[in-house]
Amino acid sequence: MSADAATAGAVEFDVRLPRRRLWGHVFVWVCFAATSLAVLLLAVLLIDILRQGAGRLSLGFLDSFPSRFPERAGIKSALYGTVWTVGFTGLLSFPLGVGAAIYLEEYAPRNLLTRVIQTNIANLAGVPSIVYGVLGLAVFVRAMALGRSVVAGAATLALLILPVVIISSQEAIRAVPPSIREAGLGVGATQWQTLQRLVLPIAFPGILTGMILALSRAIGETAPLIMIGALTFIAFTPNTPLDEFTVLPIQIFNWAARPQAGFHELAAAGIIVLLAALLSMNALAIILRNKLRKQI
Amino acid sequence: MAEAVAASPAPGAGEPVGASTLALSRARRWRERGIRGALLACGLVSILTTVGIVAVLVWESIGFFREVSPWEFLTGTQWTPLFKPQHFGVLPLVCGSLLVAVGASLIALPVGLASAIYLAEYAPERVRKTLKPVLEILAGIPTVVYGYFALTFITPVIREVFPSTGVFNAASAAIVVGVMIIPMVASLSEDALYAVPRHLREASYGLGATKYETITRVVVPAALSGIIASFILAISRAIGETMAVTLAAGATPKLTVNPLESIQTMTAYIVQVSLGDTPFGTIEYKTIFAVGLLLFMITLAMNILSRIILRRFREVYE
Repeated sequence: MSADAATAGAVEFDVRLPRRRLWGHVFVWVCFAATSLAVLLLAVLLIDILRQGAGRLSLGFLDSFPSRFPERAGIKSALYGTVWTVGFTGLLSFPLGVGAAIYLEEYAPRNLLTRVIQTNIANLAGVPSIVYGVLGLAVFVRAMALGRSVVAGAATLALLILPVVIISSQEAIRAVPPSIREAGLGVGATQWQTLQRLVLPIAFPGILTGMILALSRAIGETAPLIMIGALTFIAFTPNTPLDEFTVLPIQIFNWAARPQAGFHELAAAGIIVLLAALLSMNALAIILRNKLRKQI
Repeated sequence: MAEAVAASPAPGAGEPVGASTLALSRARRWRERGIRGALLACGLVSILTTVGIVAVLVWESIGFFREVSPWEFLTGTQWTPLFKPQHFGVLPLVCGSLLVAVGASLIALPVGLASAIYLAEYAPERVRKTLKPVLEILAGIPTVVYGYFALTFITPVIREVFPSTGVFNAASAAIVVGVMIIPMVASLSEDALYAVPRHLREASYGLGATKYETITRVVVPAALSGIIASFILAISRAIGETMAVTLAAGATPKLTVNPLESIQTMTAYIVQVSLGDTPFGTIEYKTIFAVGLLLFMITLAMNILSRIILRRFREVYE
């Protein structure tokens, strides 16, 4: 009986080893196929979009306002709006995110408040972006009366990417060896002096990499900006942060949602511009990351 | 500690020097405190954000629930707030979100896990180095692009196979959302597989198991908590996904399990209302906060659940 109990949970091997090996081979190929599927899908997506949109790409496309006529429409207002919005998003989220990361890594005592902040950041990272849009609508657009402005949009996006900025900055700061801090404190520098002159300069490339990746997420965000009322049809470029605006993803959404094929081509051309911007930001981040790795 | 060092005059230093060091140190100490306070304030912004989200959603939802009972909201099977007669039963929207999430999971969970196994256990270093960036790019593509892809590429393909399919349908939305969350499943599961210590594998090989048997019966079970946590996070992301479902799945809330029909998700409904010119303060306007609150609670619950699973059921090795 005891023998039964001992073997009850055990797994018996098939005696035929070649057969077992065959299963192994099949399994590798299945896993490989699944992984290749991702590559294949990316290729199909890019080719499909290039095929549809490349014909519409021209300087005129970049330098024209949207129009009812596909052949005259362009993304000038969306391009300017995106640059304005992402610029302000960076200005708002960089100090807040890096500040929070410095606090959590260097100052925070191990107490309840710190744990709450840290858990809260992890939870915020999982909140759907559209919920941030609801928050932005109620707080920035209505309560603070910023209207459907660039600032309201940038503030919403800044809150959205804040968890990403904080977490990546924390990692960059954590990667600085403790000996650097000890050296600074040892020669009589205050904690802030040590941070400002020794730790942060070393952590900076890492922080910057995280910031660029976070902004590349902000560039593609659509839903929260639709929520706060960024307009879909705008024939001017913003001049002040309080002006109304539109962004590239919203322009793409607007064109994609129309039934005419002409507008679909415009959407594809807009996507090419958007993806080009994203890929160059990612490439910049990867170059920075590699440079950083070589230093350490 | 640094302040204590700065405050005590250097041995052998004259009186005046010591005094000025002390005066300086007092100014410094205030500055240090000020900086610390400012940094803490940055950290508190994240708490403020959460408080803001909850306060806004709850406050506006209270206004909504004054006019519609929570019971009617949660159990009603008709959602027609934008035209008469108005019905405020949220189930069709929840059903739409679930339909997309389930469809996306059917694609993303097996494919993502298989990719993770390949990357963590089989892939030669060179293949890994090219595949990881591809997954990162896939994860970084804006959702509106996936929406466009669903509408102009996947839907026509589906309609070739099933001619009765609508221009807007849940299936194409589910497929792109699935593609979208593959990288998340793959990268989180891969981390979990990596964390399984070497000696478990070696013990299994030592007993005569093949690599396939080791992976399926030792490594994957050992990493199961991490894998399941990644599944839950990915599903939560699929439920919160907005632009792709808005573009591809349509705007007709209905209780159906047929993926070839047009449906509407919670997120797509919120977008639909904010695209229109619904006057501020009306019941139609307030619906977005009630739906938003439900969406927030569902995704938050799933995120917390995934963290609990990760912590509670993690196999701890030494």
